[in-house]
Amino acid sequence: MNWISNYVRPTINSLFSRREVPENLWTKCDSCGTMLFHRELADSLNVCTNCGHHMYIAPRARFDRLFDNGIYRDVPVPAALADPLQFRDQKRYPDRMRAAQRATGEAEAMLVAEGEMGRTPVVAAAQDFAFMAGSMGMHVGNALVAGAERALDRRSPLIVFTAAGGARMQEGILSLMQMPRSTVAVQMLREAGLPYIVVLTHPTTGGVTASYAMLGDIQIAEPGALICFAGPRVIEQTIREKLPEGFQSAEYLLEHGMLDRVTARKDMRDELIVITRMLMGLPPAIKGELPPPGPAPKPEATADAAPGQAPDAGAGTDAKA
Amino acid sequence: MTHYLDFEKPLAEIEGKAEELRAMARANPEMDIESEAAALDRKAADMLRDLYKKLTPWRKCQVARHPDRPNGKDYIAALFSEYTPLAGDRNFADDHAVMGGIARFEDRPVVVIAHEKGHDTATRLRHNFGMARPEGYRKAVRLMELADRFGMPVVTLVDTPGAYPGKGAEERGQAEAIARSTDACLRIGVPIVSVIIGEGGSGGAVAFATANRMAMLEHSVYSVISPEGCASILWKNADKMREAAEALRLTAQDLKQLGVADTIIPEPLGGAQRDRTGTIERVGTEIGKMLKGLSGMDRDALIAARRKKYLGMGKTALAG
Repeated sequence: MNWISNYVRPTINSLFSRREVPENLWTKCDSCGTMLFHRELADSLNVCTNCGHHMYIAPRARFDRLFDNGIYRDVPVPAALADPLQFRDQKRYPDRMRAAQRATGEAEAMLVAEGEMGRTPVVAAAQDFAFMAGSMGMHVGNALVAGAERALDRRSPLIVFTAAGGARMQEGILSLMQMPRSTVAVQMLREAGLPYIVVLTHPTTGGVTASYAMLGDIQIAEPGALICFAGPRVIEQTIREKLPEGFQSAEYLLEHGMLDRVTARKDMRDELIVITRMLMGLPPAIKGELPPPGPAPKPEATADAAPGQAPDAGAGTDAKA
Repeated sequence: MTHYLDFEKPLAEIEGKAEELRAMARANPEMDIESEAAALDRKAADMLRDLYKKLTPWRKCQVARHPDRPNGKDYIAALFSEYTPLAGDRNFADDHAVMGGIARFEDRPVVVIAHEKGHDTATRLRHNFGMARPEGYRKAVRLMELADRFGMPVVTLVDTPGAYPGKGAEERGQAEAIARSTDACLRIGVPIVSVIIGEGGSGGAVAFATANRMAMLEHSVYSVISPEGCASILWKNADKMREAAEALRLTAQDLKQLGVADTIIPEPLGGAQRDRTGTIERVGTEIGKMLKGLSGMDRDALIAARRKKYLGMGKTALAG
């Protein structure tokens, strides 16, 4: 476009990017209170190294560790109408949006990406709880439809990491309509015979749980995640009694038959590789560290070929390393 | 006994006075009060018209929840013949918040599914105020699949404050049950038409209202969250429900503009509760029209049209 958008803005962004310059080198575990050094925490995918508590992780940080060598490409999501109801509570909706965009550095509450995971092509979508509580508005519906369409094009599975306080009230009925819209996306995959795998993360609630988050071929949750339709406070007000310890936790839902598995974040990638490859009828993945993806070795090539080869150039300019 | 809403109090006074005058005249036949009573009637009629000409969104919510509004079972009794209720989800229980079964609509066999709120304390408790548990949604899925197998159109009547937020409901998979019901609405290869007759409360309503054609009664509402719930979250004060009702754009008129509702069924002056029979008839006429409009379509066309309708939503914005 022009030098302002091509040069000045990225430069400014890089100066102020939170990811480049951590404001806080230490994070306190929400559960046990242990102080965790940021590098150590990033290595453990934001899981407390002391108590195993699974903390918030941003979609990009998740993708960096999900895809082979952290290489993935954003799947473009068609833009939704901004502020269709001209919604205003104590703040205007566009102001809330801008604040969320500033805080997260992302445009909206769900990111869609494609790449390879254990050499298995997949499309993945991740909801960002830091962005207006991950709330499901038109963007989330568009993202899931775009993700499903890309999965259909590539004949690959779709994996969705959910996290949301529910539907986005500021989009009124149009947010509610994302329940049927996202269901259409799931049906497209089902008809094409492509796996749709849901990973429920903390917290997944309301209209999100009551639509695409509960329609997976396989339902996996992260340990300790709160998963519900109505939240514990609403229920306590309705029935006027205290709820049992751990009610609506991932482990509680597993016991009640609502999930297939509860899997620790550190094991999630390997498990997803095993599951998607089986469902896609592919041979088992090669275990251990993957060699950097490069051109396939020719039959006569010797073992010393290209040890320091650059990552696959086909991943495009949006790729994150 | 007419049940008056808070904003109808002035009307209640005038109608009460007219009634008092007539009662006095019945006791003393020599009194001539008719002209005075008729004047009061005219005043009441004017006031009713003015009150209902432009109801605020919050008042619409109140009318939509009016205790004298016709309920699901009233529509089923009046509009369907040979109604044969079919019970249970085959897993756990029969949910009385959801009525359903096979019946004839204008002689044609259909599956009808309706929320039922109940009309007095005993029936409201029995029907759980129209708040379904997972069993209600699973019963609906079973009935929709039955309709699909036997080529019967599905008619749903929506009137619920929302899905029941209870401990057992959560343990038995309320969210999954709602998701499967919406999934069934979109998956079946027969026509599905829906009318929101009162309250369309969030996910509990979506599970039935996802349809080829959806009509709303003039003063019904359909919303992602109740105005009270929205107010307590965004305004941190549940008393701000009037503001929340305005902001949510939950009226039939706004939903028609947004392309979520296909048609609006006019209500008699003063709301459905003032002429129950007339309201039910109008709903019947609209159901007939909606079914007729879908009668030439085969399975694939019905499914494709439904998907296209929902995927295409969100292209129109409302003016402030």
